[in-house]
Amino acid sequence: MASRNLPMREALRHALLEEMHRDESVFVMGEEVAYWQGTHRVTRGFLEEFGEKRVLDTPISEMAIGGVAVGAAMAGLRPVAEFMTINFAFLALDALVNHAAKIHYMFNGMFKVPLVFRAATGWGDQATATHSHMPEPIFAHFPGMYVGTPSNSADAYGMLKASIRDDNPVLFTESIGLYSKPGPMPDEDEDFILPIGKGNIVREGTDVSIFTYARGVEWATKAARELEQDGVSVEVVDLRWLRPLDTELIFESFKKTNRAVIVEESLPMYSFGSELAAQIQENCFDYMDAPIKRVSAHDVPLPYSKYLEAMALPDSDKVVAAVKEII
Amino acid sequence: MARLNKETLLDWYRQMVLIREFEETCQQLYNEKRITGVYLHLYSGHEAVGVGAIANMEIGKDHIITAYRDHGIALALGVDPNRVMAEMMGRVDGVSGGKGGSMHLASLNHHFWGGYAIVGGHLPLASGIALEAKYNETGAFVICFVGDGATNNGYFHEAVNIAGVWDLPVIWIIENNGFGMGTETSRAAGNPILHERANSYGVKDLGRVDGQDVMAMYEKVNEAAQHVWSGGGSAMIEAITYRYRGHGVSDKQYDTRFSEELEEWKQNKDPITVFRRQLEEKYKDIGSELDDIEAAQREIVAKSVEFAENSPFPDTLEQLYANVYVEES
Repeated sequence: MASRNLPMREALRHALLEEMHRDESVFVMGEEVAYWQGTHRVTRGFLEEFGEKRVLDTPISEMAIGGVAVGAAMAGLRPVAEFMTINFAFLALDALVNHAAKIHYMFNGMFKVPLVFRAATGWGDQATATHSHMPEPIFAHFPGMYVGTPSNSADAYGMLKASIRDDNPVLFTESIGLYSKPGPMPDEDEDFILPIGKGNIVREGTDVSIFTYARGVEWATKAARELEQDGVSVEVVDLRWLRPLDTELIFESFKKTNRAVIVEESLPMYSFGSELAAQIQENCFDYMDAPIKRVSAHDVPLPYSKYLEAMALPDSDKVVAAVKEII
Repeated sequence: MARLNKETLLDWYRQMVLIREFEETCQQLYNEKRITGVYLHLYSGHEAVGVGAIANMEIGKDHIITAYRDHGIALALGVDPNRVMAEMMGRVDGVSGGKGGSMHLASLNHHFWGGYAIVGGHLPLASGIALEAKYNETGAFVICFVGDGATNNGYFHEAVNIAGVWDLPVIWIIENNGFGMGTETSRAAGNPILHERANSYGVKDLGRVDGQDVMAMYEKVNEAAQHVWSGGGSAMIEAITYRYRGHGVSDKQYDTRFSEELEEWKQNKDPITVFRRQLEEKYKDIGSELDDIEAAQREIVAKSVEFAENSPFPDTLEQLYANVYVEES
């Protein structure tokens, strides 16, 4: 597959470019996506290539960005709307969860809402409490919208293309810490689509399964390499999608290893980890050899000071420690 | 402009009477617990606003979206009253299969994008729908009904502003019935002259119109349509109207709190009475035709109740889970 090595922001950019060339009804909108070339540079060069009709700068108006995308999608366009950070999507929460996610159901299938909300997510740059979040599980709580979050360039490319082509609303979150990270990418002419709701075994193992997504994959993989030195065989599963959740893959992996550590960049209460632990317990009880461990951020709003911030966040050492507790 | 011949005007009268009859029947059915649930927002008193505005639309080409007081809009557009009534009762033959209820009527064929129950939530949807019209150069416009209460929340500001920035073809019709739920407009709005807000967003301010006069309403919305067709972007109208019933049927205080004012509107400004008087002045001996129309609408509504009550309730797990997602892309 690997013929190019590109950072994730470029992978996303290529996915968007290709889909806009393929389908006239796809357009992008958001704060500074046009003249400023995108605050995360994902839409660099788009204005020149597609013009003002299909690359729309919005005011700093998240409720409008959310709702306008919903209306345009219902009427037949395929908007890709960018929230500069997921924190700002909270201002549009109503448009996302009351409208994007519910309209197809509420009107009994009469309307489709084929849109993608892209949002930068994550923490770790001393961005402080209001700009540091991985709140994907909040959005994944609501049926009607898909929630995906890639861990590398190739996945970002294939998952975003699939999201744009799907007839359902998708919240697509992009970990800020991964934007500049290079990774292998398939050729441009490949119809490289990663289906919605399918996870990926990043690394096979037999002693314990680590379930994670986005930046957690990096910590889990690093931890797995260290643990290998001690003779522990770790399977790393990248869920890619929080909704739909690839429960088949999760249960299969757990039944093989009989032990699970869940790694989430997010907060521990009512979280991805809570959900996964419950589902494994309900469905794989007979296969459990140890309690399920969770590695999450500390249960605090994120502080500014870099030592406190680092302390609050998960890392590969914490993952290693968690695995050792149940081996 | 539509040709305002006798046939057209009689059709408007028919629509207004149908709406009133439907709404008052819904109230009755709710009292009898044949319509259940807590939310049922009736359009009685507003008929001229919806009918006069919709008369400017090319149905199926132009777009329309509204809030939760949506029965009248559906009926004026020509959505089947049987299926509207079935939705009131949560039956499978309802327009939304019993999943939407009173507040979430819609019809794809009529480009009626639905009733919405979050105050102001549909306003940015209107801008988005208008964006499609502009994007694909369809020549269509969007009528967006806005309750006076919705003018005070953030959605109004953001949705109208973005329509102003992008020159989107939306006609914003503020239905000012004097109350946002139970609170008088003057106690909720810093500036209760609501149409003036248009100026803040570079949207054409077309001022106030008597929302009890269907002719005036038609003409004012036509002026807005002319503005939109000329490529001038969106326009705003404030229709002054009155609500004969409470915010919703569960609101029991309204009639007693404002009974004097309510009687005054019913006696002197009722949109159906006003229009009937206009028609009788214009056409001699029209009285019996109007009586026949009224009788026919009563019959249609009675039949809709029968249709709805004969339609089954959805009650399977399959129906419960249908349409959470679009299954095939």
